[in-house]
Amino acid sequence: MSYKVFIEDTQEEYQCREDQHLLSGMEALGRKGIPVGCRGGGCGVCKIEITSGQYTKRVMSRDHVTVEEEARGCVLACRVKPQTDISLRVVGKMKKNVVRIEIEK
Amino acid sequence: MPMTGVLRPGHAQLRVLDMEESVNFYTNVLGLKETGRDKSGRVYFKAWDERDHNSVILRQADRAGMDFFGFKVESKEVLENLDKALKAYGVKTERMPAGEMMETGERVRFKAPTGHTFELYAEKNHVGNGLGDFAPEAWNPDQKGISPIRMDHVLVYGKDIDGTRKLFEEVFGFRVTERVKLEDKTTDLTAFLTCSTKAHDLALVRHSEDDKLHHLSFRLDTWEQVLRAADIMSMNRVSIDIGPTRHGITRGATIYFFDPSGNRLETFCGGYEWYPDMHEITWPIEEVGRAIFYHDRKLNEAFLAVVT
Repeated sequence: MSYKVFIEDTQEEYQCREDQHLLSGMEALGRKGIPVGCRGGGCGVCKIEITSGQYTKRVMSRDHVTVEEEARGCVLACRVKPQTDISLRVVGKMKKNVVRIEIEK
Repeated sequence: MPMTGVLRPGHAQLRVLDMEESVNFYTNVLGLKETGRDKSGRVYFKAWDERDHNSVILRQADRAGMDFFGFKVESKEVLENLDKALKAYGVKTERMPAGEMMETGERVRFKAPTGHTFELYAEKNHVGNGLGDFAPEAWNPDQKGISPIRMDHVLVYGKDIDGTRKLFEEVFGFRVTERVKLEDKTTDLTAFLTCSTKAHDLALVRHSEDDKLHHLSFRLDTWEQVLRAADIMSMNRVSIDIGPTRHGITRGATIYFFDPSGNRLETFCGGYEWYPDMHEITWPIEEVGRAIFYHDRKLNEAFLAVVT
């Protein structure tokens, strides 16, 4: 079984299998929209807010997702599998740190 | 060079989100050997050719990252002297009693200016590499997974890398082998430090947050083993960051990948041997791509942004 995943920010839509994490589903199809980090729930780069749909989730780093956030659907895309069609907003981003700004000048 | 004082990286304690999954990964995919579990639930591992009881310790936590990184020193006398030297340098130290970590003697713990917790210790029980000390065979036929020979070095991220670099240079006698300079040609983006004849034992990158782990690295013997490691990662659907490729800095051939909690690890081979009469190597920021990833010649987005 696979479900439609809709990224509100970019209006991108892709199909994700129920046994696939939202992030790996996106990556497997060569699609973009959610930033890709460690893929293990540790770095927080792929943080999203699920605005509609049901999903299952695995443990993720409390450095990046608080209990309250998790309760309202703020999760890491690498730890979440769809159980229905999903609509989401992207929250995480690649950190533009001091050093990166230097390089981009 | 006779090795004195700080001998080598000795142990790293990593935080993992799911212990059972992590033990399976570190045992069967990375191919470390589990050597024990303590009362607090920590699990201890060593790489096959390491002689001491442990080098990687996993602790179940609600966030990923590294708790501390330890260096083995030559003797208990050196440990006492370095504790005094740290205090004289203005660094607060703390004693972790013998046995707090399995099979490990007393440790001297301190916080570096980048926020990382480092430790020194003189004693960790010898368990050998399984081949014995008399007319040994070349390797163990029961090695699993990638099976690196040792935990080799760590790259950490933080704000005051100058402070951490100076501490390791001035208190422990570490030497800088290579640096990347920012546009002002003065500020270091990175510093690579050695306490041995390795191209690096500790590496630092300037970053907006303190106490971050970029990667913990494991050494393989050959490039073929690096390619085999990549095959094993794919067979096990391991999250690969980049590689197999080569670093310009140190010239090591590498794969960056992630453990199941998102801690970045490296398996690498090669790199040059360093001696204290060698000149320091400098890379300008315009060449940082080639310095870090010699073939791609550009940084990937994750290099500066994805840490635990």
